[in-house]
Amino acid sequence: MTSDIAPVQAPALEMRGITKRYPGVVANDGIDLEIRPGEIHALLGENGAGKTTLMNVLYGLARPDEGEILIDGAPVQLTGPTDAIARGISMVHQHFMLVPVLTVAENIVLGEETMANPLFLDRKEAARRIVDLGRRFGFEVDPDAKVGSLSVGWQQRVEILKALYRDAKVLVLDEPTAVLTPQETQEIFVVLRGLAAAGHSIVFISHKLYEVLEIADRITVIRRGKVVGQRVPSETDEEDLAELMVGREVSLVVDRGDSNPGELALEVKGLTVKDDRGREVVHSVDLEVRSGEVFGIAGVAGNGQDELVEALVGLRKPSAGSVTLAGKDLTGRGSRDVSEAGVAYVPADRHRFGLVLSFPIADNMVLTSYHRAPYSRGMLRNDAAIARTADERIKSFDVRTPSATAKAATLSGGNQQKVVVAREFERDLRLLVLDQPTRGLDVGSIEFIHRQAIAKRDAGTAILLVSAELDEVLEMSDRVAVMYRGRIVATLDGRTADKNEVGLLMATGGRNAADVAVVTTDMKADLDTDPDAGSAA
Amino acid sequence: MTRPLGRIWGLLALPVISIILSVVVGSLVIIVSQWLVGGSLEPGLAIDAYGALISGSLGSFNAIVNTLVAATPLLLGGLSVGLAFKAGLFNIGAQGQFLIGALCSVIVGVWLRESPPIFAIPLSIAAGMLGGAAWGFIPGILKATSGAHEVVTTIMLNFVAIAILAAMVAGPLDAPGSPSPITLDVGNSALPVIIGRNGHIGLIIAPIMAALYGFLLYRTTLGFEIRTAGANPDAARYAGMSPKFLIVLTMSLAGMLAGMAGAFELLGVTKNMTASFGTTVGFDAIAVALLGRTSPIGIILAALLFGALRTGAAAMQIQAGVPRELVDVLQATILFFLVASPVVQRIFRLKGARSGLEDTTSFAKSYGGEGGTI
Repeated sequence: MTSDIAPVQAPALEMRGITKRYPGVVANDGIDLEIRPGEIHALLGENGAGKTTLMNVLYGLARPDEGEILIDGAPVQLTGPTDAIARGISMVHQHFMLVPVLTVAENIVLGEETMANPLFLDRKEAARRIVDLGRRFGFEVDPDAKVGSLSVGWQQRVEILKALYRDAKVLVLDEPTAVLTPQETQEIFVVLRGLAAAGHSIVFISHKLYEVLEIADRITVIRRGKVVGQRVPSETDEEDLAELMVGREVSLVVDRGDSNPGELALEVKGLTVKDDRGREVVHSVDLEVRSGEVFGIAGVAGNGQDELVEALVGLRKPSAGSVTLAGKDLTGRGSRDVSEAGVAYVPADRHRFGLVLSFPIADNMVLTSYHRAPYSRGMLRNDAAIARTADERIKSFDVRTPSATAKAATLSGGNQQKVVVAREFERDLRLLVLDQPTRGLDVGSIEFIHRQAIAKRDAGTAILLVSAELDEVLEMSDRVAVMYRGRIVATLDGRTADKNEVGLLMATGGRNAADVAVVTTDMKADLDTDPDAGSAA
Repeated sequence: MTRPLGRIWGLLALPVISIILSVVVGSLVIIVSQWLVGGSLEPGLAIDAYGALISGSLGSFNAIVNTLVAATPLLLGGLSVGLAFKAGLFNIGAQGQFLIGALCSVIVGVWLRESPPIFAIPLSIAAGMLGGAAWGFIPGILKATSGAHEVVTTIMLNFVAIAILAAMVAGPLDAPGSPSPITLDVGNSALPVIIGRNGHIGLIIAPIMAALYGFLLYRTTLGFEIRTAGANPDAARYAGMSPKFLIVLTMSLAGMLAGMAGAFELLGVTKNMTASFGTTVGFDAIAVALLGRTSPIGIILAALLFGALRTGAAAMQIQAGVPRELVDVLQATILFFLVASPVVQRIFRLKGARSGLEDTTSFAKSYGGEGGTI
């Protein structure tokens, strides 16, 4: 759209020849980046390519070894975030830095308090400014709402307001859509376009190609610490960007081949599950997965998929129904029993469930198998066997790490996920449950994990794939079930299903519009704080 | 990155700097208080005091044995607190477990005081360990079943233990004809002396327990489960472990170690019990575990240091005229600088240094509620 901005326009922000070295690695290697006023500039790169380091340099969190930063043409030395903010650079982190028990207004003024007098906050003035800012950019938010009660999408808007409250001219968003539903993503895009139109510059960090193509005015691609190309969305496509990012041709479409479903592996009947608050979120679900087939569950996040999966793998007790694996009743059994029956599970939240970040990679590689031979001998650990297996898997799954003794926390997200996948894919399995297996990963890692899963399928494992990424479900699955408000509303052939049809089923459950408008109690919380939700449905 | 020297410095930097800073603070306290009270400025007094402290704790064979005797319950208590830390639990209750352990061993010890030592001693020690384990089991089972936070329950159980001890010593255990409440002597149940005048056998057993502690945590699958439950309870559940079982087990084991400390203190040092039995061993143990960064060797070193401080305090008071309570000041400031580690790290630009407790996040995370969902 604005790709032909005349180059004479001075950049709002310029980074020249930024080099940042860490022991053993050059995180940024002579990076040039130029952000024009009023542009949305996407920074695209694989996990570990150096995006975060570059933004830390920009935010004053890391001092570059070489290179300089210019704001409005004048070189500056950034001493820290406070300094960066004072110079009009603000960052919205992937994990929000909000205090849930404080109100929107309190969160926004935190650290930048508007005082009525030396002792007390001027809440009225702060609230007025916040409402005013929101109105100007088309997202009015109630300044007195508790942040903890807001949806993720609105929390993000609070973060953006926080930046605007500090007069940010350049707004850096680190993977802003990673935590959002497709609908929330569209809403935030509207907000970002409004900000750009008002003259703010936006740095949009992402590795989701289609989003970048949709939102950005210009795209800079980074690979292994270097800028490898710059594109304008109108002159590029996903294949081109993926190749730039990964450095080789990447197949974006899964080559799934033919599958040969065998005997019945998983049989679920009338499964009913409650969430932590005791509300029934999975209502009498029936499903069957055969060995050698991929059964996908599509659905917008929060429609009961997490609870369904947790009930299947033994992390949550179902309140009714049965789970049978190859004729063996597993209803209500703990995760150890389920695992022993030949089920492996790649959890959606690798930080919460999948890994112990403070443990070495080797320990994480045996997190779910430490009690089996050869990793244990009776009561004792077999460290030699653990180390050997860890080294093998690091090699075969191409986990990028200096050694197996490095802590899991030191790995990039993609490599952390590879650790989980390497561990769970290892055994001979009856059933493999994949919950959002590629969320937050770059295209190279996604391709790799997809290929491994297909190989597992071909080896006769039944695969249950849950994903909010519609493309992923459709490209991987032999059969696709759509989950909507705790029910499976349709089961379709994965090879012939129409994307729009599935999308519509995900959004509406396949009922007519009148039904959709009925507000159930569990949706109400969202609607209270999300004025857009009603109109967008 | 992993140069051995750098790693060792990373481990030692914080404790060592904390100790040095506390010595500096202690010197200031000595000099300033002398100036305020005596009116004279005597910088040399601090050196005299520390000299007396060192010679009183390390200056002779007897002094060294006394230091080891004082360090023994601290070591076991430190292991108790450290083990709980590893499982993500904060065992404030080492003091109560210590007292109940001592109480149980005095009951059995007095009962068997005329039996052959070969029965009397092991049974008395075992009674102390069991008593401590029971006192650790209570907060463990409460946390596992109802989510009651162990910090709250163990603090309360400390008071319960003190009250039980006082009631027992004044009541059923009171020796006939004694002017003030005191139990009979444990007689044949007393620990044999193996070195010096009072170096009892616990001096050997305690370091063996430290070795077992390291072995359990790092060489067994159970230890892996304990550490996993401490570092990430959700991941432990996902991996098929049972965090509730691990909480109960770890608290019981921690109580057992503190109970053993109580048994040794009673059977090896006091040999009878008065209502004022029990110093602050259980609380000092928290400082020992923190200073030792929950590692077995670290806890041994920290226990030796605190044992030496306790032992040298008397000599310092006699020779330099500095009140023995200065030792409490030193101990408290060491702990203070350790807990304030982010500040210390910043001032001394220690990048790699860690307090050693980053693994165990859960005790700080949930205060009273969440435990039930584990």
